[in-house]
Amino acid sequence: MSSMLVSNIEVVPGKRVKSHLGLVQGSTVRAKHAGKDLLAGLKNIVGGELKAYTELMQEAREEATERMIEQARSIGANGVLNVRYATTAVTVGAAEILAYGTAVILE
Amino acid sequence: MDLILDYFELLLTLILLAVGFFAGRYVEKRHYISIRQREKQFRKILTFSARYPPNMVEPQDSRLVCGTVVISSDYFKQFVAGLRNFIGGRFRSYESLFDRARREAILRMKMDAHKNGFALIINVKFVTTSIGGGTTGQQGMPCFEVCAYGTALRPEKTRFPDKLNPI
Repeated sequence: MSSMLVSNIEVVPGKRVKSHLGLVQGSTVRAKHAGKDLLAGLKNIVGGELKAYTELMQEAREEATERMIEQARSIGANGVLNVRYATTAVTVGAAEILAYGTAVILE
Repeated sequence: MDLILDYFELLLTLILLAVGFFAGRYVEKRHYISIRQREKQFRKILTFSARYPPNMVEPQDSRLVCGTVVISSDYFKQFVAGLRNFIGGRFRSYESLFDRARREAILRMKMDAHKNGFALIINVKFVTTSIGGGTTGQQGMPCFEVCAYGTALRPEKTRFPDKLNPI
């Protein structure tokens, strides 16, 4: 776990890219649950941050990153460079989070 | 009594508007105070949208950092925006919403970096998603997520040590 280096720049300071293994990605689709949605509906009157949703998106993003790292590890990489995030609203109340990057072997 | 029942829907809307206006303004004001205070606190963590670190530092260690916030509009702002749709022009009420969300996301990203002892963040990117329209019936309620992410660096060798002190 600790050996995997994740970064959104193309170079790693102090390290050399030994070999390039191609694109890896991880994605997850999450929906909000009805209870939280109801509370968020009330919060919509007042405005401001929706903490429950923030947590949800944070968790989803972590999971997408974790899946990407898992894929990178399975092909023998020890680093993922140039990582990007993308999000799409699938239907009302559900979103897909995608993390992708280039798997590399670093020296 | 009948009169109240007849106008119940109108009354409810008016109450929601009033609550939205006052509570929304209060929440926004408090949020801006907190944002300004934390921006001052984390001023020393530098953020760049450039892909390469500034040449005054020789970074030694790096890590991906991320800050997320989901923010929603209040009832009053939505109402005003609905009127605004007829005339067009700037949606001032929503502009502040986006401003708050972006600054909050940046701050959270900085906090993430600070927690792990990093002093500057490069290649900062934003991702914004609209997740509006609840399943409980408030269709079209603007609610969106902003995520800011970048690569945090720990500059161990600084060429101008007095100019860049890690907090």
